[in-house]
Amino acid sequence: MVPLEYYLALSAVLFCIGVLGVVIRRNAIVLFLCIELMLNAVNLTLIAFGRYLNSIEGQVLVFIVMTVAAAEVAVGLGIIVAIFRGRESVNVDDINLLKG
Amino acid sequence: MFPNYEWLLLLFPLVGVIINGLFGHRLGRRLVAWIACLAVGLSFVVALSLLWAQVQLPAEAEPVKATLYRWMTVGDFTIDLTLLIDPLSVLMAVVVTGVSTVIHVYSVGYMADDKRYSRYFTFLNLFVFSMLVLVLGNNFLMMYVGWEAVGLCSYLLIGFWFERPAAADAGKKAFLVNRIGDFGFALGIMLVFATFGSLDFSTVFSQASALLPRGSELATTMTLLLFLGAVGKSAQIPLYVWLPDAMEGPTPVSALIHAATMVTAGVYMVARNHVLFERAPGAMNVVMLIGLATAFFAATMALTQYDIKRVLAYSTISQLGYMFVAVGVGAYAAGMFHLTTHAFFKALLFLGAGSVMHALSGELDIRKMGGLKDKLPTTYWTFVVGALALAGFPLFSGFFSKDEILWEAWLKAGPIVWVVGLGTAFLTAFYTFRLVFMAFWGKSRLDKKAAAHVHESPPVMTAPLVILAVFAGIAGFVGLPGGLSLIGRFLEPALTTPGVHHAAPVGSTLEWILLVVSAVVSVLGIYLAYHLYVLNPELPKKLSAQFGWLYNLLVRKYYVDEAYMEVIVKPTRELGGFLASDVDRGLIDGIVNGVGRVTAGLAPLFGGMQAGLVREYAFSILIGAAAILGYLILR
Repeated sequence: MVPLEYYLALSAVLFCIGVLGVVIRRNAIVLFLCIELMLNAVNLTLIAFGRYLNSIEGQVLVFIVMTVAAAEVAVGLGIIVAIFRGRESVNVDDINLLKG
Repeated sequence: MFPNYEWLLLLFPLVGVIINGLFGHRLGRRLVAWIACLAVGLSFVVALSLLWAQVQLPAEAEPVKATLYRWMTVGDFTIDLTLLIDPLSVLMAVVVTGVSTVIHVYSVGYMADDKRYSRYFTFLNLFVFSMLVLVLGNNFLMMYVGWEAVGLCSYLLIGFWFERPAAADAGKKAFLVNRIGDFGFALGIMLVFATFGSLDFSTVFSQASALLPRGSELATTMTLLLFLGAVGKSAQIPLYVWLPDAMEGPTPVSALIHAATMVTAGVYMVARNHVLFERAPGAMNVVMLIGLATAFFAATMALTQYDIKRVLAYSTISQLGYMFVAVGVGAYAAGMFHLTTHAFFKALLFLGAGSVMHALSGELDIRKMGGLKDKLPTTYWTFVVGALALAGFPLFSGFFSKDEILWEAWLKAGPIVWVVGLGTAFLTAFYTFRLVFMAFWGKSRLDKKAAAHVHESPPVMTAPLVILAVFAGIAGFVGLPGGLSLIGRFLEPALTTPGVHHAAPVGSTLEWILLVVSAVVSVLGIYLAYHLYVLNPELPKKLSAQFGWLYNLLVRKYYVDEAYMEVIVKPTRELGGFLASDVDRGLIDGIVNGVGRVTAGLAPLFGGMQAGLVREYAFSILIGAAAILGYLILR
C-alpha cells in the first residue's frame, strides 16, 4: 500500500500549482484549466481518504464534484466565448468594467 | 337657579370668526357686518344675563364654575377648560362685550371702504373670543392662552394695513415688547405650578397662605414675575413703548384693544391674583410705584403730542398707571371701577378721534384742525363728554373712579402718593382740553382739500358715540364715595382674601375734602388749557421757545425710544447678524461641508481597492483564505 501521506502531498502540490496558475496566468482559458486542476487535486484527496478509511463517501463526493466541475466549465467557457466575441481577447486584465 | 349657558359667551364670537374667516370674502359686506356684530351682541346679552344672575346671588355664595372640557391629563396633573363666573369676571365680560359691540357697529361705518373687510371683522371677533377666554378662565393656563391670543390679535390688527411700513413695524414692536412681559408671566406661572402643584385658581388661592410665607422671596418673585406680564400687556414703564406706535392701526382697533380691553388685562390679572399679591407687600409696593411713575410721566408726554391719537395713547398709558396704583395699594375694586369707566370714556374719545379723522379724510395733526365744533356737532359733544370724564370733571364717571383711587392711595400709601396722583390729574385735565380746544375750537386751520369735504359721520358711527357718551356720563354713579359704592359691594366677594381684614368703606370728612380738591384741580386744568389755547393762542409757542430744553425732552418722549434703539435693538441686531453669518454660515455650514469634503477625500483611497482586475480579486480571496486557515490550524 502506498502511504496516505504520499497521496495527500501530491494533492497539495497539484492544488498549489493550480492556485498559482489562477493568480499568475492572464489567459482566461488557462485560468479555467488551473481551476480544473484545483478541483481534480481535491478529487484525489477525497479518493485517497475514501480508500484508507474504507468508506464509500469519498467516491460519492467525487461524483458530485465532477458534476459540478463539468457544469461550471460549460457555463464558464460559454461566458469566455461571449467575451471573446466582444473584444477579440481573453486577457482577464482587460475585463475591468466592474472597476469602481 | 344660576344659568348654565356661560359657554355661549365664547361660542358666539368663535362662530363669528369661523364663518367670517372662512367664507367672509364670499358673503358680501353687509352679511359679514351683521354676523360679526350679532356675534358680539349676543355675547353681550349673555353677559348681561349673567350679571343679572350674579347680582342676585348672596354675597357668600361660591363662585360658579362651568367645566367645558378636560384638556389634558399628565400623571397627577389635569387641566380642564373651566369658566369661572364670579363678580370680577362677569364685570369684565360685560365691559368687554359691551364696548366691543359698540365698536363693531362703529367699524361698519369706519372700515366701509376697506378692501380687507371680512378679515378685519374676523380678527376683531377673534380678539373678543380671546379676551373672554382670558377673563373667564379658571386657571392660569387658560388665562395665559387668552393673554397670548389677544397679543396675536393686537399684532394682526395693528399691522392691518401692512403695506404701510410704519404699521408693519408697529405690529412687530407691539408683539416683541409684549413678549418680554409674557416671558416674565410664563415664568411666574411656572413658579406657581412649582409651588402649588396646580394651576387652578381656587386650589392656588386656598393654599396661598399656607405655602407662601408673607413677604418671602418666593412670594415676591412669583408676584413680580406675574406683574412683569402686566407691565408688558398694560404698557407700564418700561414696556409702554409699543402703545403709541400701535396707533398705526385702524382707530376702532385702538379704541377696543388699546384703550378699553386688552391693555386692561394686566389690571384684571393683578386683581384676580390679589390673594398672591397680598402675600408679597414688597411686590405690591413695586406695582404701585411703577403705576404712579407711569401715570405721571405718560401724562407729561401727552402734553406736547400733536397726533390726536397719540395724545390719547399716552393718556391711556397714564390712566392704566392709575389703575395699577389702585391695585398696588390693595384697592382692587377702585382699580376695576376705573377700568370700567375708562373703557367707556377712552373708547368714546378714540372713536370720536376716528370720526374727526374720517371727516377730515385722514388728517390727524391737531395743528391742522380747529373750528370743528359747529361742523361736527355730534362728534364734538360726545367728545366733550368723554373729555370731561377723562379730566375728572365733577359728576362725570371719571371723576368718581379717579377720586376713589386717590382716596385709597392717601389712606393706604400716604399723602405723597396722593399729591403725585393729583398732579397727574391736573395734567390730565390740561392735555385733554388742550386736545379739545385745538381740534374743535378757534379758527379753522384745515387744509383746503380737507376743508372742502368736512362732513359729520354717518349714524352708524355717531350712534355708538352717543351710547358711549351716555355711559361715560352716568357710569360714575355705580361707585359713589362714602361707602355708597354699588360696584364696590358687587365686587367684594371676589376681591376679599380670607384672613385679611378689609376695612368696610365708611364716609369720612377727609374723603369729602379730598373729593372737592380733586374737583377743583380738574377745573383748574381745564381752565389752564382754555387760557393757553383759546384766550392766548400765542402763549404756547412762546412758552415752548422759552423752555426749549424741557419742551424738546417732552416732545421726544424723554428719548426713551432712541435709548432702547441704541441699548437693546442695535446690539441685538448685531448679535443676530454675527450669529447668522459667522456662526451659522461659517461654523455650522463649515462643519457640514467639511464632513462632505473629508468623505470625498477618502474616496480615492478606497476606490483603489476596486480596480476591476479579476486576478487581484482572486489573489485577495487566496490571502484571506490562507489567513483564516492558518489561524485555525495554528491556534
